[in-house]
Order: sequence, then C-alpha cells, then structure tokens
Amino acid sequence: MANVSIRDVHKRYDDFHAVKGVSLEIKDHEFLVLVGPSGCGKTTTLRMVAGLESITEGQILIGETVVNDLPPMDRDIAMVFQNYALYPHMSVFDNMAFGLKMRKFAKDEIAKRVKEAADILGIQDHLHRKPRQLSGGQRQRVALGRAIVRNPQVFLFDEPLSNLDAKLRVQMRVEIKKLHQRLSTTSIYVTHDQVEAMTLGDRVVVMKDGLIQQVGEPLELYNNPANKYVAGFIGSPAMNFANVTIREKDGVLAAENEVMHIAVPDALKARLAPYNGKPATLGIRPEDLHMAGDADPAGLTFEAVVEVAEQLGSEVILDLAVGADSMVASVEPTVRVKSQQKVRLGLNAKGLRFFDAATEKAI
Amino acid sequence: MIEGGAWRRWVYFRIPLALFLIFLLFPFYWMIITTFRPDNELYIAWQRPTYKPFWTWSPTLDHIKFLFRETAFTTWLWNTMFIALCSTLISLFCGVLAGYALSRLNFPFAGGLGTAIFITYLVPQTLLFIPLSEIIRNYKLGDTPWALILTYPTFLIPFCTWLMMGYFKAIPKELEECARIDGASRWKAMMYIIIPVAIPGILSAGIFAFTLSWNEFIYALVFLSSPQQKTVPVGVVSELIRGDVFFWGALMAGALLGSIPVAIAYSFFVEHYVSGLTGSVKG
Repeated sequence: MANVSIRDVHKRYDDFHAVKGVSLEIKDHEFLVLVGPSGCGKTTTLRMVAGLESITEGQILIGETVVNDLPPMDRDIAMVFQNYALYPHMSVFDNMAFGLKMRKFAKDEIAKRVKEAADILGIQDHLHRKPRQLSGGQRQRVALGRAIVRNPQVFLFDEPLSNLDAKLRVQMRVEIKKLHQRLSTTSIYVTHDQVEAMTLGDRVVVMKDGLIQQVGEPLELYNNPANKYVAGFIGSPAMNFANVTIREKDGVLAAENEVMHIAVPDALKARLAPYNGKPATLGIRPEDLHMAGDADPAGLTFEAVVEVAEQLGSEVILDLAVGADSMVASVEPTVRVKSQQKVRLGLNAKGLRFFDAATEKAI
Repeated sequence: MIEGGAWRRWVYFRIPLALFLIFLLFPFYWMIITTFRPDNELYIAWQRPTYKPFWTWSPTLDHIKFLFRETAFTTWLWNTMFIALCSTLISLFCGVLAGYALSRLNFPFAGGLGTAIFITYLVPQTLLFIPLSEIIRNYKLGDTPWALILTYPTFLIPFCTWLMMGYFKAIPKELEECARIDGASRWKAMMYIIIPVAIPGILSAGIFAFTLSWNEFIYALVFLSSPQQKTVPVGVVSELIRGDVFFWGALMAGALLGSIPVAIAYSFFVEHYVSGLTGSVKG
C-alpha cells in the first residue's frame, strides 16, 4: 500500500490543455473519487497515474518513487476499465491469472490467489467460462478480481459501473465499497456520477475544464460548496439558483429580484454586507424548500407556480416557475397540488447559499 | 425476414436468390460437365439434333487421365501450393506487424505511411511486372519459384496490412492497456492478447492472400518459362492451348482441380473468415 502524490500535473495535447495543474495528496488506504462532466480531465489524470498517458508537466509519486517515466507494468497498480477489458480468448481463471503469470509467480501461488479473489467476489463457479458467457455484473466482478489478485499498491477505477444497468450499478457500488473496507488498498476512482462519488469516496474531487474545483469529504462538498459549479453538481435534484441583488433597506439586508424578497439570515449578514447594491446568485437545494405555513417568517417565503408535480412516494418533486426562473422543490409526500396552481414556498434559512455573480465563488 | 403472403417470399426472395445462384454457379457446372464429357460429344456442331449441351450420358475420365499423364499437372499443383503458401506467410508476417504498428503505435507520419502503403496496392500489376522483371533478371531468379515468392508480397503485403490495420483498430485499446498494467511489455501484450484476439482477421487476410497468389497469372506467366516450374493457371493455359487447338476437356479438368484447394480453404475457415471481414470482436 502507498500514498499517491500528484504535484502540479499538466497534460497538453497538440492544441488542447486537458489538465491544467492538478495537485492532490492521496493518503495511504484512502478511497479518492474524481468526479466531473466528460472532458473535465478526470480520466486523463487517472491515466497519467496509470502510466497510459505521458505527463506533460509536473510529477506523480507512488509511495516515495517518482513514476513519471516508469512504464505501467513497473508502477505496481491495477486498473479496472469501463468496458471491463477482459481478454476475450481466455477463461475467467486465465484472465485473473494473467498478471501473476506475467510476473512469474509459481503455479500453486497463482491458483491460490485466484481462488481467494474468486471467493471474495462470488465467481468461483465461473472460473472456466469465457468472458462472453458471463453477464455484465459477472464480467465486472472478473475485472475487479483481476485487479485484486495482484495485491497492488494502488487501485485505479475508470468509470467501472457505467456500462451496468441502474439496479446492478447500485449493487456493485456497495460491493466495491465492501471490497475497499476489506482490503483498504489506496484507490482512485473516476466517475461522472455524483451519487457514486458521494457514496464511495472518503474524499471527493470535483473537476471541471482541467481544474480542481473543490476537494473534500462528501458532506463537506454538499454543505459547503466552494463555488456555484460544485453546488450545482453535487446533490440530486440539483441546487436551484436565482439571480438576485443584495439591498439594505431600513437596516435589513435582503436578496431581491422581481418575485423574491428574501431576508438574509443573521449568519450570512457579515459576509454579504460588502455586496450591498450588487448582484449575486442565490442557491437553495430542493430539499431546503417546503410548502410555506403560518410559522414561516415572511422574509423566507416566495410565490411560485407549479408546472409539474412528480409523485415519488417518499417525496413529491415540484417543478416550479419562479418569475422567469425555474426551480425544483422536494416536498413532503402528503402535499397535493395541481399543475398551474399558485403555491407559497418557504425556505430553510440554513440552506441558503450565496455566490459571487462574477467569480461564482461562494460568499 | 420478408413479411406478407407466400407469393411475396417467392417474388422478392426465393426466385431472385435462385437466379443469382444459377448465375454464379453456372461456370462451375460448365467446368464439371466439360471435364467429364467425351471428345466426340465436345467437338460436334451445335446444330446437330444429337447435341445436348447441358448433360452427358457417357461420362469419361479421359481428360483427367490426360492431364496427369501427358502434362506436368501434379508439378504445377505442387509449385502453386508452395509459392502461394510461402508468399502468404511472408505477407502475413509483415502485414500483421505493419498493421499493428500503423494502428496502435503513435509514431510521426503513421497516417501518411498507411496511405502510402495503400497507394502501392493501387499500382496495377500489369505495369509493375516490367520493372520487377528487370530486378528478377539482375538477381538471376528467373524461372525459379523465388521469382514469385518474392514478388507476390508486393501486392499481398499492402493488402494484408490494410486488412489487419482495420481489424486491430476494432480491438478495444483497453485490452492492451490492461495487459500492460498487468505486467506485460508492449511485445508481450501483442503476442498474448492482441494477436490471439485478432486470429479471425489474420485468417481472413491469409485466405485472401492465399487465393490471390494461387490465382495470380501475369507474374507467373512472365517470370517462369520452363514447363516444370509453372503454376496451375499458367501451366493449364500455356500447355493445353497449342496454337488454335484448345484441349477443352483437359483445360476444364485443370481449372476444376486447380480451384478445389481454394474452395476447401474457404469452406474450412468460413466462420472465422466472415467474422474477420465484419470486424466483430466479442467481449
């Protein structure tokens, strides 16, 4: 096992700057998730750690060794690919044994290790089958098995669950988590799915356009997003945003637009005071909205028109028109509203976030 | 499948298919019937009432006996086999390596080199044999099998390279990357993973190359002169047409026996061959 240091790493293709100075310290035994939209540089970063892409600038260390110029085989890593990359002409056993054979392990040691891995993953009955005879989930298990038999210093996962259907994905997600709890091998996991990132990661790295937006534990990203992008990316349904202007009137600081007039909670006053008279972006998560009742102070409610109400059983998702903006609210399952109905929504003061209109950074 | 009434299946599927089959197979039928037809039936005027072009009631093996006894047909068969096998093996070896390099190794001008190789395939053999015959003469290879074994790759290697390039591109690159992470060098990843996965493509390239060299005519005609060195296509044509005398029976027997090895090769590998041409790699 080892820690991984990525130090100001850049990747440039001919005229494309894919990774623009990424620095990360991945601690021993840690499970780090890189998440972001396609083209954000997360896979490129992972492939540079694997040695499948050259590093244009910067350094990557595994343990104490600078691996910039080491070929993949000498980095003592294992990688799980999105399309499984199982060797189609080999049996499951041979697929899992390949890495050990290449490293000249003794035959009985290979058999022992493959059997152990197969037992952990529940594929011991399929060892003599060919990959094409397996289901998607079984193939993914074989790919995982091939990674764990070698007992490498670092596991790399490149969107390993993207090819599975939704139900299997949830199941395999849990298995990967269990596997990590059992082996606690340092892992770097790339995904575009924020739910996977939140559930799997000890820490999560949100990337966009080749830059790290924020690094932190899942709840930290959820509760204290560093900027508007992270706020919108983490959480489902996504956070609502509204353009507002901060104004002080009669000693009360408020965020206003045509339809909203929200009194700024005390906790945020000091930070928002310099924005008096300036534009800002208000952010509120769907789960921090509710149908307003008598108890809600007037300064924390606003009017909206229901466009669609989606009954999910455990909650109702309301798609709302708030002036020219649209918002999503997640409200109690007992709420009964019709399309085009006017409703009054209250917001949870603790859930309010403000972002600089120009830099999009959290205020 | 064609939907609708039975007549639709006949009109749009079975009858066109039957016509197509007749069109394709008739030359073979003609070859077979002529091979076994006695001379006195072959050389009669077509106006005679006894003339039955599509069948014979007195089949004979005379033409085949003539072919084996009076000509060097067995030698020609052996020559053709030897030359086709050697040139196919050389071309496959070069084609597989070149195809792999052009599709997988990102070296400068890889794209341009691939196109250049393809262009050499477009140079017609009817032009290329002129400079080649000069080279063959300088190296004193004329009238030996090596004249063909070394010149057939001029069109077989570009052909194999292009076929293999396409096939290698269809193999997910993750397979190789995974092998390299698993501890294989680039060479081992190619030997243990990529080549075994590419076997259908290699087989179809091989069958094609074998057929091309088996049937090749112009180089064989130009570079070989003595009857003992000739290949089947050239031997049959040059030894069984004497001036304006055509030994039709023996000619057709030679053509028939000459096409059997190719037919066997095709039918033996047909499944691999089809998946090789359609480039399917099952995961």
